[in-house]
Amino acid sequence: MIEPGLYNYWLCVILMMTGLYVVMAKGNLVKKVIGLNLFQVSVIMLYVTMGKVEGGTAPIVVEGAPDTIYSNPLPHVLMLTAIVVGVATTALALSFVVRIHEDYGTIEEGDIAAMEEGR
Amino acid sequence: MSTCPILGPFLSEGPGPALFLAILWPLAGALLVGLASRLPNLRDTLSFLTALSLFAFVVTIILPAGRGSGDVSHDILEVLPGLTLRLRLEPLGLLFALVASGLWIITSLYAVGYMRGHGEKHQTRFAICFALAIAGALGVAFAGNVFTLFVFYEAITISTYPLVTHAGTEQARRSGRLYLGILMGTSVAFLLLALAWTWHLAGTTEFTPGGILAGKASPAVLTALLALYAFGTGKAALMPFHRWLPAAMVAPTPVSALLHAVAVVKAGVFTVVKVIVYIFGLDLMHEIGGDQWLAWVAAFTMLSAACVALSKDNLKARLAYSTISQLAYIVFGAALATDHAVLGSALHIAMHAFGKITLFFCAGAILVATHKSKVSELAGLGRRMPFTFGAFTLGAFSIIGLPPLGGSWSKWYLALGTMDVGDAGDAGGSGRPLMLGVLLLSSLLAVGYLMPVIVTAFFGQAEEDKQHSGHGSHGNQSEGGLREAPLLCVLPPVVSALGCLALFYYADELVTILKGALLP
Amino acid sequence: MSLFAQLASLTVQAGNGAHHSDAQHAAQHAAQHAAQQAVNWSEHLPALQIALPLLAAPLCVLLRRARLAWGLAMLVSAGALAISLTLLGRVLALGEGGAISYHLGGWQPPWGIEYRIDALNAFVLVIVTGISTVVMAATPRSLESELPRERHYLYYAAYLLCMTGLAGITITGDAFNIFVFLEISSLSAYALISMGRTRRAVTSAYQYLVMGTIGGTFLLLGIGLLYMVTGTLNIADLSERLALVGANRTVLVALACIVAGVSIKLALFPLHVWLPNAYTYAPAVVTAFLAATATKVAYYVLVRFVFSVFGTPLAFDELHLDALLLPLAILAMFGASLVAIYQADVKRMLAWSSVAQIGYMVLGLALANESGLTGGLVHLFNHALMKSGLFLVMACFALRLGSTRLEDLAGVGHRMPLTFGAFVLGGLSLIGVPMTAGFVSKWYLVRGALEAGMWPLAAAILLSSLLAVAYIWRVVEVAWFREPATGDLRRAPLSILVPAWILLLGTLYFGLHTSFTVGTASAAARLLLGGTP
Repeated sequence: MIEPGLYNYWLCVILMMTGLYVVMAKGNLVKKVIGLNLFQVSVIMLYVTMGKVEGGTAPIVVEGAPDTIYSNPLPHVLMLTAIVVGVATTALALSFVVRIHEDYGTIEEGDIAAMEEGR
Repeated sequence: MSTCPILGPFLSEGPGPALFLAILWPLAGALLVGLASRLPNLRDTLSFLTALSLFAFVVTIILPAGRGSGDVSHDILEVLPGLTLRLRLEPLGLLFALVASGLWIITSLYAVGYMRGHGEKHQTRFAICFALAIAGALGVAFAGNVFTLFVFYEAITISTYPLVTHAGTEQARRSGRLYLGILMGTSVAFLLLALAWTWHLAGTTEFTPGGILAGKASPAVLTALLALYAFGTGKAALMPFHRWLPAAMVAPTPVSALLHAVAVVKAGVFTVVKVIVYIFGLDLMHEIGGDQWLAWVAAFTMLSAACVALSKDNLKARLAYSTISQLAYIVFGAALATDHAVLGSALHIAMHAFGKITLFFCAGAILVATHKSKVSELAGLGRRMPFTFGAFTLGAFSIIGLPPLGGSWSKWYLALGTMDVGDAGDAGGSGRPLMLGVLLLSSLLAVGYLMPVIVTAFFGQAEEDKQHSGHGSHGNQSEGGLREAPLLCVLPPVVSALGCLALFYYADELVTILKGALLP
Repeated sequence: MSLFAQLASLTVQAGNGAHHSDAQHAAQHAAQHAAQQAVNWSEHLPALQIALPLLAAPLCVLLRRARLAWGLAMLVSAGALAISLTLLGRVLALGEGGAISYHLGGWQPPWGIEYRIDALNAFVLVIVTGISTVVMAATPRSLESELPRERHYLYYAAYLLCMTGLAGITITGDAFNIFVFLEISSLSAYALISMGRTRRAVTSAYQYLVMGTIGGTFLLLGIGLLYMVTGTLNIADLSERLALVGANRTVLVALACIVAGVSIKLALFPLHVWLPNAYTYAPAVVTAFLAATATKVAYYVLVRFVFSVFGTPLAFDELHLDALLLPLAILAMFGASLVAIYQADVKRMLAWSSVAQIGYMVLGLALANESGLTGGLVHLFNHALMKSGLFLVMACFALRLGSTRLEDLAGVGHRMPLTFGAFVLGGLSLIGVPMTAGFVSKWYLVRGALEAGMWPLAAAILLSSLLAVAYIWRVVEVAWFREPATGDLRRAPLSILVPAWILLLGTLYFGLHTSFTVGTASAAARLLLGGTP
């Protein structure tokens, strides 16, 4: 059923679902950020997998070897940006968590909701 | 064509732009009234002068134009491609404009007397909103297509909301909610849908003699469309969308008199008449059977509202239900869709206006003079306030349809209409005796709810009189002495009552104008 | 492809006469060397549109003084508005279907990044920059009560970044670029929201961040799948190749990912949960800005992907997108409006109303006929005007009353008549009373529904606008009839009141003179339905 060439894609899907599950199911705000990261990483992996060409090498032009097969470099380049975005998002999210901790004294979603209800 | 500098073209382009000017006139008046808010005397004079000059304008400029044969129209603005704010003069609208602007003069006088006599607050806001509502009514009267009519129709709804809730009390707030809820609800949910649908089917919404919808859709669709128009025009107070009118009675009496007996409600029935005559066309009405079911809906409203009126002790509430009943006459006539019936309903717009405004003026005068608002409290007041109750009697007789008062003509033509409906539509030719019976029964009910007022007032014995009878007379409140409301409250009903009388003799004028509309 | 690459190429290649309208293409190439010396700035307007606010943002941080930073932001905002108006003028002058194509750094489109401006995104650009300018004018006075003055400069930097991102999403013709700009605008929007007065602002921003990131990542995933199928990222190129590929499972999944991702940013009904909190707890001016721009740009992205990339035959005939979007739109219209009626906080009520109004826009999209789509696009413009106007009114109330809770608004109609008048005007437009902008958009939506032969839908549109009557009038009644609290109340500061009135008078103006809004929107709709851009 699972072709060897699709192995990576299955991994991506598993990673993605794990990430989504963590975001939705965990009440701890830091864990949610971790889940978010997993989710993003799975997409990055998908892109990188996409760029792989069977038998291809790194896309560096070598004099005298015109028939070399190269892997597609574009997805990698795109993912550089996506990784930057991911880092920025994580940083911002964590800084929010710090401020939430300062204001509420907890980073458990349930506790925060209870405090707002009880006001 | 699409834009129009405010004043430039009025001087040169013939009578068309005058229609627009007539609508702007009360708006300008409202502005002046607003500026003069700190000087009550100047403000009220301005208000009166605006009304007077507007009527003069309508009579001297627009009336002759309407009698001429040419097409009098004016495009204000093309709002959307093919959807233009267009004014066009035609006989029905001319009649409505004459009635609304003419009665505004008396009402503005009456409002001064009433508002001051009753010590109401926010009189400037009142006068401004009043003028805005009149501008809306004129817009409805001159609307050249359903879209324009709808725009001004909504303008009336919004500008009258502050008038209905004028008192600012909890009751006013609740009534205002009902008022806005029903009027805006029906118009947005049904009337706007009908408008869009008409546009979709016919590609235009222009009022055209003979209608624009013939052959454009199946009878079932057209029937649905007619229902949307009839019930979407909440201002026509067809049951079950009539509750707003009694609720609106919480407003000061001048509002009830001019707006909720004349301008607003007539804008509603006027819409229905105009849609039937110029959008559906009389022939199409027979084809799709609208002359049957809509007429019966109207007949039901007529009778049941009259029955409710019988049971109301509050005078204004009784008059409100009477209005609902009388408005149904107009829808009834239009729905029958014969020449006579439509003529009758158009006439009834004018006749009922004069009659009902008289009754409301009287109710307000009684309130100002004696602070009484219930029918059962009026005993003996007729002798104290002979002018007020004299006017009331004339107005009531006109509503009932007794000659020699204006109301008799409209009922006459409506009755004729029920009789020749068979000739025009069905194969028979016997007319619809049952519908004629409904008309007569409804008139009898009108006797039933209006006569007791008169009888109690003139022949009943007041509580105070009973007390006084043992002690003889003392003070200035002697038996049989006059205790009328202020002059400005008494004069208007007398004038409008005389108007009812005059309309009996001059109805011919109106009939000639209207026949132009019905026999193209 | 990255932002940094863009910036670099922008500065380096500024001299390379890189503006190509399709016809002039060859001639330009020949003249390129000759023109190398003279930098023709007017040709670089598309790049300046983005570069100007992007460069001004760090400058704001360097300036540090609130007043100076505000002055710069205001200037840049107004400049961006001027640029976008010029661009719109140029696009409309090109006639039906005309477009400006700008090649960033002089690289040819399928390889380089293209900024492509047609009637649709020129229109959206005007909204984004216009609203941004007007709201910016109101900002300093309103922000004073919500943020310590010494942190204002950070606010302006984030604000400019957010505007950059939104304008970038709109202007670019490259699918991956959309993702990058989306994240720029989102990250700065999270920061802006977290600057609200209460601690709830931070939790709301966090919630928005989590959902927004999931949305953004889904979009990235969808774009990746499209790239996988077609091997290109340029939107024009994508649509051509995708039409050849036809419907297969990868394309379906790509569509699903993109629609799901954008719908989160758009706050389409079941994915809207972040919006009420974010709008309620953000600083008043942030809400006014985001409500009018962020969701609108997301709507633009959805329209762009559905019509330009996938195309009507693929998206509607084969993949049946309307079967998903129509029910959701109707649910939004009724559900969110009903919830709005029961809100105790007026700002929150308006936020829920936004969710409902997004339903109308999506409805226009799902109808996929010219009238419907025109209605959706016109509503994008009209709703931006009225909602940001209304939220500025809320800013006035928040400043003077210290709250926007309904019970605190008692009697405010008598105490702040001008502000309250603005609210009523905006409310009427929201309801869709004729002669206001709201009527125009509803009219087109209803027409679209009738043209599609779905008259119950037309009735539903109108019935749901009755719910708007209910929630607006609830406020009017309290503000008008309830006895006001005692104490003196100053009228709202002109610096907020005037922008609010400008926007709300705009709704009145565009309710009467519709040639600009309807003309542009219907041109855009024809363009989108006509196939490839």
